[in-house]
Amino acid sequence: MTEPDTGQRRRRAVLRDALGVGVATGAYGLSFGAIGVAGGLTVVQTCATSVLIFTGASQFALVGVLAVGGSPVSAAVTAVLLGARNALYGLRLSSLLGLSGWRRVAGAQLVIDESTAMTLAHEDDPRARRLAFWATGLAVFGLWNLATLVGALAGQALGDPQALGLDAAVPAAFLALLWPRLTTRPARLVAVAAMGVALLLVPVAPAGVPVMASALVAVAAGLLWRDALTDPPRGAT
Amino acid sequence: MTWVAVLAAAVGCYLLKLAGLSVPERVLDRPAVRSVSVALPVALLAALTAVQTFGGADGLTVDARLAGVAAGVVALVLRAPFLVVVAVAAVTAAGLRALGLG
Repeated sequence: MTEPDTGQRRRRAVLRDALGVGVATGAYGLSFGAIGVAGGLTVVQTCATSVLIFTGASQFALVGVLAVGGSPVSAAVTAVLLGARNALYGLRLSSLLGLSGWRRVAGAQLVIDESTAMTLAHEDDPRARRLAFWATGLAVFGLWNLATLVGALAGQALGDPQALGLDAAVPAAFLALLWPRLTTRPARLVAVAAMGVALLLVPVAPAGVPVMASALVAVAAGLLWRDALTDPPRGAT
Repeated sequence: MTWVAVLAAAVGCYLLKLAGLSVPERVLDRPAVRSVSVALPVALLAALTAVQTFGGADGLTVDARLAGVAAGVVALVLRAPFLVVVAVAAVTAAGLRALGLG
C-alpha cells in the first residue's frame, strides 16, 4: 500500500463495496418499513425507529413484540438484548479506529454488523479501515432510513396487513436474520431450545415475556459452550 | 406508549454501541461474555420466529402464517436474498387466505 496508485485503487474499492452493502441493506429497510406500519406503528414512529435505534434485528424485535400486544418495557428489553452484540463489535473496533471526542459520539451510532464486517475486511491498512467504517456506516444509515420511509409509506398505502400476508412476513424476516447464525451445532441447539421455551410460555406468560425468557437459554448455552460459540457472523443486520 | 418503547430501546442500543468503543478491552473481552453474546441473538431470533409463527390472541394457533414461513424456509435453503424470503412468505400466506384457507 505504499504506491499512491494502489492506495487510490483500494480507496475506490472500499467506497464501491460500502455502497453495495448499503444498497443490499436497503432491501431489509423496505421490509422493515412495511412491517413496522403493519405492526401498528405510525410512519413517523417507524422512521424514528430506523434513525434512533439503527440496528436491524433490534428494530424488527421491537415491532414484533409490540405487534403481539407486548408491553413497551418487554419490547425495549428484547430490542436492547439483541443490540448487545454491538458492544462487542465496538470493543473490536475501538483499537482499529481510535475514535475520540465527537467522532466517537457520532461513530458509535454506526457500529453495526455491516460496518464492523467491512472494517475487519480492511484491518491491515489504517486508512482503508477507517474509510471502510465511515463509508459503510453512512451508506447503510442513509439507504436504510430512505428504504424504511418508502416501505412504511407503501405499507400504509397497501392496507390490510393480514390479507397481504404481512403477519407471515414478520416471522420469515426473523428466520432470515437467524439463518446465517446457525452454522454450528451448538447454535442450532440454542435455536431449538429457545423456540421450545418461548412456545411453552406463550399460553401462560404475558406477551413479550416468552421472548425475553429465551435469553436465559443463551446465557446457559454461552456458559456451557465457551469455545464452541464464537465469531459473530458477518453481514446479517 | 409506542414512543416509550422506541426511545428506551434507542437509548439502550446507543449506550451499548458507545460502551463498546469506550470501555477498556479487558472488561468485556472474556470467553463467557463473548459466547453468551453470540448465543443471545440466536436465542432471541429463534424465539421471535416461533412466537410470531404460532402466537395468537389466546395461546398457540396454526394458520396461514406457518405455510408462509415454511415457504420462506424453502427460499432460504435455495439461498434467496432477504427480501425474496420475506416476500415469498407474505405471498404464500396471502394466497392461502385469498383461497379461504387459514
